Amino acid sequence: MRAAPILCGVLLALALAVGAAPAGAVNPDEILADPGLEARARDISSGLRCLVCQNQSIDDSEAPLARDLRILVRERLQAGDSDEAVVGFIVARYGEFVLLEPRLGPHTLLLWAAPAILIIIGVLVVFVSVRSRGTPRTAPLSKDEQRRLDAALEASER
Amino acid sequence: MITEIGHFALLLALALAVIQSTLPLVGAARGDPALMRTAIPAARGQLVFIAAAFAALTYAYVTSDFSVENVFENSHSAKPMLYKVAGVWGNHEGSMLLWVLILALFGAAVATFGANLAETLRARVLAVQGMIGVAFLLFIIATSNPFVRLDPAPADGSDLNPLLQDPGLAFHPPFLYLGYVGFSMAFAFAVAALIEGRVDAAWARWVRPWTLAAWMFLTVGIALGSWWAYYELGWGGWWFWDPVENASFMPWLAGTALIHSALVVERRDALKVWTILLAIIAFSLSLVGTFLVRSGVLTSVHAFAVDPARGVFILAILAVFVGGALVLYAWRAPALRSGGLFAPVSREGALVVNNLLLTVACAAVFIGTLYPLLLEALTGAKISVGAPFFDMTFAPIMVPLLFVMPFGPFLAWKRGDLVGTAQRLLLALAIAVFGTIAARAAAGADGPLLAPLGIGLGLWLVAGAVCEILWRARAFTAPAGETLRRLSSMPRAGWGAMLAHAGIGIVVLGITGVTAWKSEKVVQMQPGEAEDIAGFTVTFAGVAPRRGPNYSETVAGFEIHRAGEVIDAFESSKRLYDVQRMTTTEAGIITFYWGDLYVAIGDESDEGLTVRLWFNPLVPLIWFGAITMALGGLLSLSDRRLRIGAPRRARPAAPADAGAPA
Repeated sequence: MRAAPILCGVLLALALAVGAAPAGAVNPDEILADPGLEARARDISSGLRCLVCQNQSIDDSEAPLARDLRILVRERLQAGDSDEAVVGFIVARYGEFVLLEPRLGPHTLLLWAAPAILIIIGVLVVFVSVRSRGTPRTAPLSKDEQRRLDAALEASER
Repeated sequence: MITEIGHFALLLALALAVIQSTLPLVGAARGDPALMRTAIPAARGQLVFIAAAFAALTYAYVTSDFSVENVFENSHSAKPMLYKVAGVWGNHEGSMLLWVLILALFGAAVATFGANLAETLRARVLAVQGMIGVAFLLFIIATSNPFVRLDPAPADGSDLNPLLQDPGLAFHPPFLYLGYVGFSMAFAFAVAALIEGRVDAAWARWVRPWTLAAWMFLTVGIALGSWWAYYELGWGGWWFWDPVENASFMPWLAGTALIHSALVVERRDALKVWTILLAIIAFSLSLVGTFLVRSGVLTSVHAFAVDPARGVFILAILAVFVGGALVLYAWRAPALRSGGLFAPVSREGALVVNNLLLTVACAAVFIGTLYPLLLEALTGAKISVGAPFFDMTFAPIMVPLLFVMPFGPFLAWKRGDLVGTAQRLLLALAIAVFGTIAARAAAGADGPLLAPLGIGLGLWLVAGAVCEILWRARAFTAPAGETLRRLSSMPRAGWGAMLAHAGIGIVVLGITGVTAWKSEKVVQMQPGEAEDIAGFTVTFAGVAPRRGPNYSETVAGFEIHRAGEVIDAFESSKRLYDVQRMTTTEAGIITFYWGDLYVAIGDESDEGLTVRLWFNPLVPLIWFGAITMALGGLLSLSDRRLRIGAPRRARPAAPADAGAPA
């Protein structure tokens, strides 16, 4: 069973890798000569939303606006910006809507916490309903019965 | 004239639906068989009239009658016949008509084959179906009428969106709707059971095949949609966590949970209250899915306001059916008594784990899909919830589920043996470990670190499913003849469950392969130039223009060489559709056993043609796995135990034969 958390990480990492891998719509003339810089550009682009498309990253979209943004990202990278600075630059211009992965903040706390909360609630519901089902449903002892039981227990303890 | 007949037929169907949703209910409450039986001709009549309306619209499309607004907006005289027909449901109005047609089909099926149901239950089920019919027919007639005429009639139409002019997408909506509407059966049975105050094994035996059929169609529909996205969108993506995809994926997750929990109701008389709730949830999500996709609310909350009549109608339908069913549930469900005690480690326990994780996964997708809408409506802030969110929340819920999945079918009802099960799965574990090591060795030390574990997980699921069948057949422990006899007498539901479970493993293998080991190249090529990818050499022969029925295309020819020999030639093209002036990519895809070579072309310039080459390892397994799952469902459905109207056999003396699994 110890493998479960490891495997859990597997698909997570796999899933994260999805964003970075596909070539999408990048044109040959956009590609940077420095492969390290180009890889960073691809990584950043895959997390930025094409604003005129439905749910496509700028890395996947053939829209002219997406091309402009791809070029902008590469320009900032060539100017020496860090990844965070590039993303910050784009968000400052286009708003948080451009981020495919919403930032953790007061307005998204519920979103990010929801799956964990749901799991906890679900486990509790299962636990409680199993417990209540496991105990046979019998009427509680009447006062008289309780008194006789206590008396009997006292007698046995002596 | 035929168009007006279609319109009129729709109104008659509405009248019948009103009768079907009221009289049988009154009859069931009063115990009046004559009133209850009105449901049967009403359901059949509804099918006849809606079929007539659908045929009338199809006729208008086939004959390119552009005096009908719907045909004018979504068709063109030069469009190939397949897409003229598919155009009927390739738009909002027509797709709603297809929706009610399928609903009527299912209703008529209950009316015709439901003779073995308790009379009050059948009457109530049909009444609930009738109510759904009333709501949708009213919606169509009042806000989405496909039979509106244009005067004067335009000379030609404005064509169907070129992206939809594709065989994959032509059949995608009908399968999806067969799935969505199929869950309406589970919903109608759940609501009827709440009214009756009674859920028993016979109820579950009726609900399971319908749910299984709906699930099977939905599986095929989602797979078709994903396959279409893969080859048509031009860069080989197969799942985007797009709200439109999530809309079909949520009912699938809930439906998957439902077919498993209904099994517990049928076999062990437990989890009844939960199963009823799940049936309501599955159909509610189908309703949400239908409307989310069709109302345009997904792109922006404001799209909702563009057409307020439709928006308000949609909200009303959701409120009445989802809200109404939940209120009924809160009121009546406590009266349903559950029997069947079980230990935590048991088949029932495993199915509870299945339901818990599937439901939470479904809820996570639901929240991620609707959160931006809610936030925008409440605060005006616009955020995006894209693939990264879903990958980070969905995977950690699903991986534990997949890991424990092979254990489930081995566990006995009531009290299972975990240690024994683990021993029986040793072979599968060995295969998984071996596969992980082999994948690691093949990929090399610099490959993705965790991908080999994904391969291991996929093999674990496939081998685990096979192990279960072998164990039931007492392979290796009994003489070969005995094993063969057991294999041949195994219920088809057993084989179905094995296929469905193995199918998930196959999908995991495909996802892992294409995600971790995809290779890509973006180059500019002149005719005669060659490019190497994944051990192949792809030579660009040149481009030529070509004319299609309603588009012109630029076709690029390629040859594939390996070890100096030509092994295949293929084309990749870009189409420009005449009417809508829209380009689509027709990727060149060569499928090998271990993956796809995928070539899409871009723009031409003096430096050459932009060519994008990918090698997508194992990617065909994604769809092969999905089809395997659907086939598993089909095999289960053909099991005589579930076949509707099958003559009841005397109960076999020993049902103790470990019992047929899901």
